[in-house]
Amino acid sequence: MASTKAPAGTGVHGPGRAAIGARTLRQDRWWLAPLSTFVVFSAFIVYATWRAFANANYYAEPYLSPFYSPCLGDCVKGSSDFGQPFGWFPLSAALIILIFPLGFRMTCYYYRKSYYRAFWLSPPACAVAEPHTKYTGETRLPLILNNLHRYFWYAAIVVGFVLSFDVVISFKEADGGHVGLGTLILLVNVVFIWLYTLSCHSCRHAVGGRLRHFSKHPVRYKAWTWVSKLNAHHAKFAWYSLFSVAIADLYVYLLANGTISETRFF
Amino acid sequence: MGYTLKLRVWRGDKSGGEIKDYPVEVSEGEVVLDAIHRVQGTQAGDLAVRWNCKAGKCGSCSAEVNGKPRLMCMCRLSDFEEDETITVTPMRTFPVIRDLVTDVSFNYEKAKELPSFAPPPRDADNKRRMAQVDVERGQEFRKCIECFLCQNTCHVVRDHEENKQAFAGPRFFLRYAELDMHPLDTNDRRKLAQDAAGLGMCNITKCCTEVCPEGIKITDNAIIPMKERVADRKFDPLVWLGSKIGIRNKDDDGRVEL
Amino acid sequence: MSTGTAGVGQEGRHPMTGNALDGDAEGGMERHTYDVVVIGAGGAGLRAAIAAHEAGARTAIVCKSLLGKAHTVMAEGGIAAAMGNRWPEDNWEVHFRDTMRGGKMLNNWRMAQLHAQEAPERVMELEDWGALFDRTEDGLISQRDFGGHKYARLAHVGDRTGLEMIRTLQQRAVQLGIDVFMECTITDVFVSASSTSGEKAIAGAFGYWRESGRFIVFDSPTVILATGGIGKSFKVTSNSWEYTGDGHALAMRAGASLINMEFIQFHPTGMVWPPSVKGLLVTESVRGDGGILKNSEGKRFMFDYIPEFFKAETADTVEEADAWYEDKKNNRRPPELLPRDEVARAINSEIKAGRGTPHGGIYLDIASRRTPEFIKKRLPSMYHQFKELADVDITAEPMEIGPTCHYVMGGVEVDADTQESAVTGLYAVGECSGGMHGSNRLGGNSLGDLLVFGKRAGDAATAYAKGLGANRPKIVEADVKAAERSALAPFEVEGGENPYTIQSDLQQSMNDLVGIIREGSELEESLVAIEAFKERAKTMKVEGHRQYNPGWHLAIDLRNMLIVSESIAKAALARQESRGGHTRNDYPATDPEWGTKNLVVNLTADGTGVELHEKPLPVMPEELTTYFAAAAPMANVQTEEGKN
Repeated sequence: MASTKAPAGTGVHGPGRAAIGARTLRQDRWWLAPLSTFVVFSAFIVYATWRAFANANYYAEPYLSPFYSPCLGDCVKGSSDFGQPFGWFPLSAALIILIFPLGFRMTCYYYRKSYYRAFWLSPPACAVAEPHTKYTGETRLPLILNNLHRYFWYAAIVVGFVLSFDVVISFKEADGGHVGLGTLILLVNVVFIWLYTLSCHSCRHAVGGRLRHFSKHPVRYKAWTWVSKLNAHHAKFAWYSLFSVAIADLYVYLLANGTISETRFF
Repeated sequence: MGYTLKLRVWRGDKSGGEIKDYPVEVSEGEVVLDAIHRVQGTQAGDLAVRWNCKAGKCGSCSAEVNGKPRLMCMCRLSDFEEDETITVTPMRTFPVIRDLVTDVSFNYEKAKELPSFAPPPRDADNKRRMAQVDVERGQEFRKCIECFLCQNTCHVVRDHEENKQAFAGPRFFLRYAELDMHPLDTNDRRKLAQDAAGLGMCNITKCCTEVCPEGIKITDNAIIPMKERVADRKFDPLVWLGSKIGIRNKDDDGRVEL
Repeated sequence: MSTGTAGVGQEGRHPMTGNALDGDAEGGMERHTYDVVVIGAGGAGLRAAIAAHEAGARTAIVCKSLLGKAHTVMAEGGIAAAMGNRWPEDNWEVHFRDTMRGGKMLNNWRMAQLHAQEAPERVMELEDWGALFDRTEDGLISQRDFGGHKYARLAHVGDRTGLEMIRTLQQRAVQLGIDVFMECTITDVFVSASSTSGEKAIAGAFGYWRESGRFIVFDSPTVILATGGIGKSFKVTSNSWEYTGDGHALAMRAGASLINMEFIQFHPTGMVWPPSVKGLLVTESVRGDGGILKNSEGKRFMFDYIPEFFKAETADTVEEADAWYEDKKNNRRPPELLPRDEVARAINSEIKAGRGTPHGGIYLDIASRRTPEFIKKRLPSMYHQFKELADVDITAEPMEIGPTCHYVMGGVEVDADTQESAVTGLYAVGECSGGMHGSNRLGGNSLGDLLVFGKRAGDAATAYAKGLGANRPKIVEADVKAAERSALAPFEVEGGENPYTIQSDLQQSMNDLVGIIREGSELEESLVAIEAFKERAKTMKVEGHRQYNPGWHLAIDLRNMLIVSESIAKAALARQESRGGHTRNDYPATDPEWGTKNLVVNLTADGTGVELHEKPLPVMPEELTTYFAAAAPMANVQTEEGKN
């Protein structure tokens, strides 16, 4: 290989750094992870945007799509278990509440890692030079708002309860109890939503991580150890719940527009 | 058992350099550092390389092996195919001195900027008391062997030289977290971590954790908790309100903000 | 570390000291003035520098590696200190007695006493500076059991106590703003006649920056040697490349003497494979927790090697040995837990008899005797060490181990209270000093040694330097020129030999001839070999230039290794007995006559070799001898020593 002169660019090609032409010498498929994240997240965004604006096919008794729950706008009959305080809202009712789960995920420490890597390439992978010439991290608007994660976590707790309520409802029918495929899907979804919500880093901090003396708060210490165990799988729960929420919505959609009919177990 | 390894090593200094081929005999059970030493002993006596313990305990032989930040002594040749070329370069975030040796003084400078531990007086019997559960988080961070691979892989300074002034890097966020979680320390370093050390520059992309040879969960256990602690102080109006009306966390009593 | 990184330090100035420094090897010579110059930045050096700085001295630390990389990080077990956190009945007297008995009474009694008395406060200081030791249930510093210590007294942090200690001291030194000259090697210590008394005293030191090759001179009336040991002279060692006996050699060249150089601790269980980690320590706890030694025929051979002396207290059947782990009162110890030298000798014999493993070791088997869960819980670091370095799962297969050179008990002969050598202004602490551990060191006593005597040396050096006022000895400029010439000599040679080859031959020779089991004839042979190495070293050649040139660095260190190796071989030949870390095949017994004297080594007048004389052991005062009155005969108390 030809000798490389002292570098004069920026970053790994800046003055003083070892003169190596390539922006990375990694030989593994480092691009695979950010690429798949990019594809899946993009697909989800497209799907969720379409579904959120569609304002239709989100309720198939007794199932309410998690994208529209709680349905607080001018919703179809039977879907508003918490009233319609935003009945005047002219657009899709999903838009009223989606900001909370969306904000929770956008400010989530795991999702931040993923989209900084996959969408912003900052960096695309470890020891792979990023394309940007300037970098300020999360020190200014809008990214500094990521520090508000805890508020979205508080909201996510409420959302978790609402979705749990939806699951309870889904066991009911006019003439008594019922368990259908939809019930199971909503149930699985809410389990993943709770796992994701409770494994959150802000949750870990709030229940005990902020303390300096665990020994003086044995109950919170215990809670912190549990949340810490969940927290190790936060990324996994983020993915599982992302799929489960999309599948739950899709199932309701297909039921509501008559493409499929409910599979009842009893 | 032995075979000729296709080894390539970056040779040069700050005025330039190149990746040179050093085909070298290696045998079973050897690591990259052994191959480098054999090159040094037989082909290039002046090949500059830092190393000490050769057992992953001192953190001296940091370099990049096939582009990945690694300790050369912990990089087993058996993890590669025999016909695979192995390219070793110096860490690419620090100024190069010669060959595989870089100027890591950035890290020592940053260490100086960090206010040290400030304990209260000892107990009446001249001893100190701390519960095991209270020191365990800090003990994880003190496993750090200062190999500086996390500093090297962090894109905040790797890709942006100009950030070196305002950014202390993962190794020192570890230290901030250790002191902030110390049951006895009397200083509150949260403002300092955010302002002087540049905690806000970190976008938690976790490469520091990926490369840590000690397996310290730098991001999850130190940086994110530190970000949350800063948020307590700076971005959380509820905590602020609570402190105004007298509801506050007594856990922080006796600390002085630096 | 020359070039300042962006915004850090000024361009062309040393970031740690602010001194002018450029990468140009021919750019002249740097010169600095200090009150105390500490050579070495391990536990002892850092503690000495902290003490000197706190006592008001302008202090410099000079070290061959980066700050925080010294060999102290390898220490695992703990710091022996009679704090009484586990056993209130523990006190300095018991610790003192354990230390003396472990050293086979050849210790400098005063050093052992000071060490036992002061270690607890030195440990508490570490905690004041931020160390996070493991805790007892009451929140005090936890203390663990170790071989040779009557009570559980090793303050520890898991199995990485050395790392904790060095990081704490490093952070303290940085906080105090002590100047650190990293990757800087001292090659000479200057001695001049005092301007007032005319007496010979330290005037400064000479060295070079590894990074640039540029020379550096320190004007200082005191030098504290804290350079560690000599293990790199042996092929199989647990020591790093830095352990080339620099302090030992610098002291001898300055006119000081070494004692006890024949005593080298070989640890019976070091890794033998893979080659990259040959010699790396395998903790004694493996055997303590049930591990047994087997030869290639699968035989548990230690039962064949129980010496007459230990028969009474060692199990002679497998049943009894195995029962001991559960019931220590009613069974005798398994032979695997005989003293280190016995086990090492047995392993040696098995390998020599052709019953070794494919990689030239012996099997240490715990996999077939304990559950994987037990092993992982009790020996986490060993599990990882073998998993990551050797790709061996010790819960499923046996380890291959063999003896490894671990620690040198011998070192610079110093005054017990001040650590000052025979040369005024020259101090030695830690492994490079001698006397404290006698013929054999107890596990856990080295870390305490570093702290206790590091502080004492720092204080004493400062007091001496301050007392001098303006009457500091001045460096003779001709000495500087000579030092420079000597350092550059390897570049001048035409067609000489590669220093790597000489080093590797020396290591092999020392391993074979001055190793764990010694023989008069082999020692004589080794002295002949060393003479030949000295001849070859005269024509060492290095290629390249002075900038970060490891070949050149080795050429300089090699001179020290040769002097030290010669000292060891001469002393080992002279001591016609077996005691502690010195085992003679031709003199297998411990000789009470030899128990009353040390062997002292000096450089010969022409500086080309070493000479030896006997010196009576310092006599212990009456009140201290009472601690040993009721003790069993000395040879009986040999215990298995820890791994620090």
